[in-house]
Amino acid sequence: MNRRFLRQALPFLTLAVVLAATFYVQPRTMSYFGLNLMLQYAVPIALATIAQMFVITVNDLDLSIGPFVGLVSCIGATLLFDNPALGVLALLAMIAAYGAVGALIHIRNLPSIVVTLGLSFVWLGIAVLILPSPGGKSPEWLKAIMNVHVPYAPFPIIAAIVIGVVVHLALMLSSYGVIARGAGGNPKALSRAGWSMLKTKVIMYMLAGFFGVLAGLALLGLTTSGDAHVADRYTLYSIAGVILGGGEFIGGRVSPLGAVVGALTLALAGSFLIFLKISPDWQIGAQGAILIIVLALRALVSYGEQKR
Amino acid sequence: MRAKLLRQPWVYSFGAALAVWLATIAYTHGQGAGAILTAALSFATFTIIVGLGQMMVITTGPGNVDLSIPATITLSGAVAMKVMDEDTGRMAIGIVAALGAATLVGIFNYGLIRILRIPPIIATLSSSFLVLSAAISYGRGIRIKPPEPLAQFAEAQVLGIPIMAIAVLALSVAMAVVLSRTVYGRSVLAVGQNSRAAWLAGLNVGRTRFLTYVLSAFLAGVCGILLSGFSRGAALNMGEEFLLASIATVVIGGTSVAGGRANVPGIWGAALFMYLLVTMLNTFGASAGIRLILTGLMIIGVIVAAGGEEQR
Repeated sequence: MNRRFLRQALPFLTLAVVLAATFYVQPRTMSYFGLNLMLQYAVPIALATIAQMFVITVNDLDLSIGPFVGLVSCIGATLLFDNPALGVLALLAMIAAYGAVGALIHIRNLPSIVVTLGLSFVWLGIAVLILPSPGGKSPEWLKAIMNVHVPYAPFPIIAAIVIGVVVHLALMLSSYGVIARGAGGNPKALSRAGWSMLKTKVIMYMLAGFFGVLAGLALLGLTTSGDAHVADRYTLYSIAGVILGGGEFIGGRVSPLGAVVGALTLALAGSFLIFLKISPDWQIGAQGAILIIVLALRALVSYGEQKR
Repeated sequence: MRAKLLRQPWVYSFGAALAVWLATIAYTHGQGAGAILTAALSFATFTIIVGLGQMMVITTGPGNVDLSIPATITLSGAVAMKVMDEDTGRMAIGIVAALGAATLVGIFNYGLIRILRIPPIIATLSSSFLVLSAAISYGRGIRIKPPEPLAQFAEAQVLGIPIMAIAVLALSVAMAVVLSRTVYGRSVLAVGQNSRAAWLAGLNVGRTRFLTYVLSAFLAGVCGILLSGFSRGAALNMGEEFLLASIATVVIGGTSVAGGRANVPGIWGAALFMYLLVTMLNTFGASAGIRLILTGLMIIGVIVAAGGEEQR
């Protein structure tokens, strides 16, 4: 079989295997209701993963996306609930802040890991100021969207497909998407060709901020109240999701569809491990093991690819 | 001379630490100036120990970073406390067991990077999940106190200077010598500057990276043992804060994130700065939210002021 094809199919195969294993362990999940319940939280994770993917496209890494999603959920549960206009304004300001961070990182040529690590404290601090303890209320329309019932296919699956396809069209098939990925592949060549790297980076960071906001709102719709720490693990999930989905850290090699599939796999793996009755102590460890196994398979495939 | 001094990257971190300390004692009208420094030296030593390991890892080139340090600290602390079991006679074996466990983590990390060719960030992240689970499972519900000599060593002071800080100073000097005078240290710098050139020059790139990841895990193990002595027992979240701290001290201290340039004194300045900053905000009576925001902004501010790499 064509190894390149195999490599691209690997994220989908992984998802299929985890899904099959889940069905095998707990056949009752093989239903509209079961899938809906298991994959609910895949939607915010998928959105956060897409946000991370935009930053990884330009060779940076965002270690602040988790606390950012938490902050959005706090703003959504307070400002957006009490005063929608002000809430929307605050969320727009946060997307602008993301763009400003992208500009700062580019202009001063700063290491994104350190800047976003510092930024994660800022987001968490603001969130704690807004909502010192979990509380607030989700706007009704958010709850309604997240609990929508679509006939035949569960909502999370539809949502994941829509997110993946829209971003795929925008990033992989549009002409500006090519420039954006080129900014990760060979920034020097692109800036010599007359493209502004500053503008590209700002746009990609703002897109990351936009999808971070979507992730926070989606999460709020599910949890129905805000919490500064609700998404602390999303930073790790989002990075792992991009990598599981076949993305690479450098060179602008990313895959939106893969990233969404990676996020679904991660969300599903959580349920699968619970069904397996693995001791809670080993839950995190088992996720680490799944990550390592998938990467080992990929290394195996790529190894053959290079040899030929 | 002065211009030369100002070009040293570590000057900034010490300057920042001094400024924060002065602001604090200006607020308290000089009260507790010495006590604050003693506390800063005590707490900073833990960050410095893991910072030295992280510095070596980051110096081996772009993309190299050890995210498994917090989990390794926790594992080492749990193993040390459980093996020692509050028995002074079992201290040596406990230390050996904890450092052995930490070293295994380092070997495992490098194995993932080398054999599976996983980017170091993802490799150390995945292994940290496994290590943390191992620590949680092994150290389930432990409330074991450290043996008395270990606790005393971690807290002892001479003229207001913690003995541990003196020991870590010796460790830092040793590390600086290793970095500038030994084949291994020079190899780390060479690999970080250009791994292909280093390989063509006949250096053993693989062995250099291997030793570096093992060293980082080993130092995290040392930190775990001392920390559980200092805080009177291991806790499952004891390593948490060291993820940010280890990376931030290295970078604020003037070590190049692109690799190939390390700076030992800067780690001291940066670790002291980070602790004194929190002390200052506490003294000013800032709320938790404000404290978090200012800590974040200060870290970003220092890295912006120190500047990034030149465009290559």
